[in-house]
Amino acid sequence: MDGVKLHGFWLSPFSHRVVWALKLKGIPFDYIEEDLPNKSALLLQYNPVHKKIPVLVHGSRPVCESMVIIEYLEETWPQCPLLPTDPHERAVVRFWVKFIEEKSPNVWIVYRSVGEEQEKAMRESVEMLSNLEEHGPNKGKKFFGGDGINIMDIAFGGVACWIGAIEEVSGRQIFDAAKFPRLNAWKANFKSSPVIAENLPDREKLREHLARLREKRLSSSTHK
Amino acid sequence: MAGRVVLHGMWASPYSKRVELALKVKGIEYEYVEEDLKNKSEELLRYNPVHKKVPVLVHDGKPIAESLVIIEYIDETWKEGPRLLPQDPYERAKVRFWAGFLQQQLFEAIFAVIKTDGEAQERAGKEVHEKLKVLEEGIKGSYSGGSPFINGNSMGLLDTVVCSILGAHKIQEEVLGVKFLDPEKYPTVTSWVTALAELPLAKETMPPPEKVAGLLQFLRSKALESAAA
Repeated sequence: MDGVKLHGFWLSPFSHRVVWALKLKGIPFDYIEEDLPNKSALLLQYNPVHKKIPVLVHGSRPVCESMVIIEYLEETWPQCPLLPTDPHERAVVRFWVKFIEEKSPNVWIVYRSVGEEQEKAMRESVEMLSNLEEHGPNKGKKFFGGDGINIMDIAFGGVACWIGAIEEVSGRQIFDAAKFPRLNAWKANFKSSPVIAENLPDREKLREHLARLREKRLSSSTHK
Repeated sequence: MAGRVVLHGMWASPYSKRVELALKVKGIEYEYVEEDLKNKSEELLRYNPVHKKVPVLVHDGKPIAESLVIIEYIDETWKEGPRLLPQDPYERAKVRFWAGFLQQQLFEAIFAVIKTDGEAQERAGKEVHEKLKVLEEGIKGSYSGGSPFINGNSMGLLDTVVCSILGAHKIQEEVLGVKFLDPEKYPTVTSWVTALAELPLAKETMPPPEKVAGLLQFLRSKALESAAA
């Protein structure tokens, strides 16, 4: 079996999603920490389109985009499935993954903007959470995947586990636990579950790093 | 595969059109409900409460939303008939990657050209060319130019996406007074799109050029009006 390498970045939720999937499936891999201001020549060769992490390299074949990578892992290593077998159920899960991919950038816009732009992103972020709270599958169960974690949990984990630090650094509250009791319970389940708990960025380091980046960005003269 | 199939769509929606193409490639019998987006049906709102958008495919009463999710569902459910995605996981990953790129990057850039004028439109136009250049480089390996179908012998998911976004490029270019598909700069993409647009399946499914022209003009004037307001 060809070796698996993951080019990632400790701060990145997208990178973490792939780590979670690899570890949940018990797939051995080598991890390469990319220094993002100084991307490696290999990274640029493997992802010429976006020049971003994560990139999974299986043998010599690169796969890019976190959720595309995870579907690839699911199809190549069927053990510990992260998707249901029924096509309709799969379609529902993929719908929600797409929803999360589409709406979650707003959370990052809250982090890095101010004023009207931030207000709009706040509204969109809260609406995203409302939709998940009300319509997300497997209400009453531990995870969106039911008793076990699936790709929707992984996708949302890449948002939910970063929201706290974003809130601290930006001073805005996105995730009001009282308004989103279901998601709050989900978050506790997800963060404490094995594999996930051992693979989260250090909270203090994350907060510090995000605070520094935000200050730099907002004080730079080119910021719009 | 038995079961009643209903597609809630809208003639001007590229998302809706690509699902129609996929259904026809598979030879699936379906009922079509043309939604009036200013007066959405009660079913549509019930079937897609999150986005309230087309397309929605309803199979045996069970709804599926999001065009690319629908097409993957179709491929997994109707196993007879041509494949819409390749079998090999790595090839599938490439299809998903490029479908995402086309939708998020290229489509958005083209939309920006439609909705702007002056300098903003020029910038948007440059974006489109950048994206086309990336696409050209990316798919050069996969497309021999021998057949219009990017994977195998029949229209697949990626072909339906390209057809729905770039199939009407001639009309887009005419109405907007821009040039997107330059065969010298983007030979692979141009020959792919041209071949797809010529297929009887595309001709019978995609909206007629006059309707597309009218839609583009409407979208453009609406956008420019509200920008000036």
